[in-house]
Amino acid sequence: MNLISIAVLLPLAGFLLSSLFSLTKFIGHHESGKEKLVGFLSTLMIAIPFGLFATLLVSFNGEVQTATLYEWFSAGALSITVSYQLDSLSLLMAMIVTGVGSLIHLYSIGYMHGDEGFARFFAYLNLFIFAMLNLILADNMVLMFLGWEGVGLCSYLLIGFWHDRKFEGVGIQTTTDAANKAFIMNRIGDCAMLAAMFLIFQKISALDYHTILSQKEAFDSTHAFWIAVLIFIGCTGKSAQIPLYTWLPDAMAGPTPVSALIHAATMVTSGIYLIARLSPLFVMSPDAMHFIAIVGTATAFVAATIALAQNDIKKVLAYSTVSQLGYMFLALGVGAFSSAMFHVTTHAFFKACLFLGSGSVIHALHEEQDIRRMGGLAKVLPHTNLTFLLASLALAGCPLTAGFFSKDDILAKTFESGNYGLWGLGLATAFLTAFYTMRLYTLTFLGEARYEPNQRPHESPALMTVPMWILAALSLFGGALGLPAVIQKANWIQAFLSTSLASLPANHLEHTTEWTLLAVSSLVAILGLAVSFSIYSKAKVPGEPEGIWTVLYRKYYLDELYDALVAKPFQAISARLLTPIDHRVLDGLINGIGSSILGLGGALKHWQTGVAQNYALVITIGLILLVGYIVLA
Amino acid sequence: MHVELNHYLWLSAFMFTAGVIGVLVRRNAIVIFMCIELMLNAVNLSLVAFSHFLADIQGQMMVFFVMTVAAAEAAVGLAIVISLFRNRQTVNIDEINLLKG
Repeated sequence: MNLISIAVLLPLAGFLLSSLFSLTKFIGHHESGKEKLVGFLSTLMIAIPFGLFATLLVSFNGEVQTATLYEWFSAGALSITVSYQLDSLSLLMAMIVTGVGSLIHLYSIGYMHGDEGFARFFAYLNLFIFAMLNLILADNMVLMFLGWEGVGLCSYLLIGFWHDRKFEGVGIQTTTDAANKAFIMNRIGDCAMLAAMFLIFQKISALDYHTILSQKEAFDSTHAFWIAVLIFIGCTGKSAQIPLYTWLPDAMAGPTPVSALIHAATMVTSGIYLIARLSPLFVMSPDAMHFIAIVGTATAFVAATIALAQNDIKKVLAYSTVSQLGYMFLALGVGAFSSAMFHVTTHAFFKACLFLGSGSVIHALHEEQDIRRMGGLAKVLPHTNLTFLLASLALAGCPLTAGFFSKDDILAKTFESGNYGLWGLGLATAFLTAFYTMRLYTLTFLGEARYEPNQRPHESPALMTVPMWILAALSLFGGALGLPAVIQKANWIQAFLSTSLASLPANHLEHTTEWTLLAVSSLVAILGLAVSFSIYSKAKVPGEPEGIWTVLYRKYYLDELYDALVAKPFQAISARLLTPIDHRVLDGLINGIGSSILGLGGALKHWQTGVAQNYALVITIGLILLVGYIVLA
Repeated sequence: MHVELNHYLWLSAFMFTAGVIGVLVRRNAIVIFMCIELMLNAVNLSLVAFSHFLADIQGQMMVFFVMTVAAAEAAVGLAIVISLFRNRQTVNIDEINLLKG
């Protein structure tokens, strides 16, 4: 039992403990003392692993450390073990997950105060961290897939956490429908993921990363292409890329800390992690890489345009998450794996901070999420205002913030790889990002108050503002992890990750080119912020969307299209074809067995007359037959 | 005429068959009871006959056991018949069919 196993198993222990509290209804009505006990205990179960990973980081020397718990199952040549490996990539991800995770646990103690399902919420959160650590630290694809499905399950449970609440959407009435949508969309991607695993197994009869990467020559180019593409399709589900991204905005039906932790900072980045993990395999197929880059850029651009027209504070952030994930896939596609992981890191900081800030706003305004009924909150929510502003600047890519360095890194690497079209689209997306971020901030915090005066918004307790301040500080200074090459020759994150990732021969940019790119990115971000500020600081109330804005507001009608093309026909087939089969054939079979046994009993019961002589007669006849048989035969 | 084993066995078989038929066809519980006794004694007869002709004392031992059990059975059986009559004023077993399905 070494540190890695303990770090993985502690959240599981926390899950079991919180479940026990939940099942025994430990927390009564308005018992905030017991609430704090359960909350801090669960937070500790994540904070301790964070501490363990931090000590592992301090003593980390680039060597891969493994911990095998036991053999899960074996069949023929295949043997799957529950074993974890810690290299620089998984260490970085584990630090993000447990670090941001414990901050969000802390925040949730304040946010979920007074909720009936307090202990259940923390049980799900701990289970999520356990599954996520399995996904990250697994040394084979099967255990990774267990974690992959585990985080999907927790996502489902937490989206539908308030299962009886109304939630508006295309074909969606309640939060449970939104949870179903997320779950089913993810299953589509998972089919492709499984197919990729089968293809790998077919060639090399093993599924652990070490064997896959050391025997990657066994894959010919067709094989490598299909494996890469199928894994990527799996990632489009989990990491919300075209065409499977529509579940993520509806996943906002869950409590806001969940949106921060699962649907912004950690789970949705697992697709990027997986491709980075298998990067030596992906670089074998330039076509697949190009495909990933194109899909990523398209998603980044499309989601950014949709975010321009949304009026729900969490929807804007959700589409910005989809858009930022698109950037990360662009980075993966052009071979800049460490840039993608850098953006994963900074994005976890500023997007978690933004979601926690939006949670604080929603909390203050008693579940109001529409930015048209906000405004002027800067004075009443000073901490939320300032942290939200800092994180917004990071998201917008304002110079010197963390988001600026990571986004510029991706754009520079794209330029370096010679994909000027993708670079241009990425730059346009950066402008849109700055624009909608400033729109969101201005409409929420500046201008006149548009909420009901009797709502009396109040600042959240310190339990909630402290995590927000920590995350805001990280979104401001996190860029120091990966400064551009003109400032620092080999930045920390690139050097740290170099042992785990594939490296492509890079044609380094001239210093002047790189300075120019930095200047262009800065200019674009500042321009976007300025234009947006000048428009929305004057607008009193955003009007009803019209013209092209309606198309953006309705998200290009993609949800309606999916509903009409897939969901409705499927439901119709179910109702017309499958329901009769269900009712007549299946139910008929089960009921038939029951009623035939009843009928048999009804027929045979007449033999039991109750008259002893009849029984005696039967016994005698039987005896005669038996004796006759023995004597004659 | 010399009496042989066969004669005893024929007599025993005749008595046993009469008993079985009596149990099956008669309706009066007392008569059925007597027929059961007849069957037991038919078996006793054959046991004694075998014991004599095979010069084996075990058959006669068995007869004593059967007679003891038959005496106990007669006591219990008659008690049942009496309490049955007290309750239902009949010993006709066609009318005693409470345990039907």
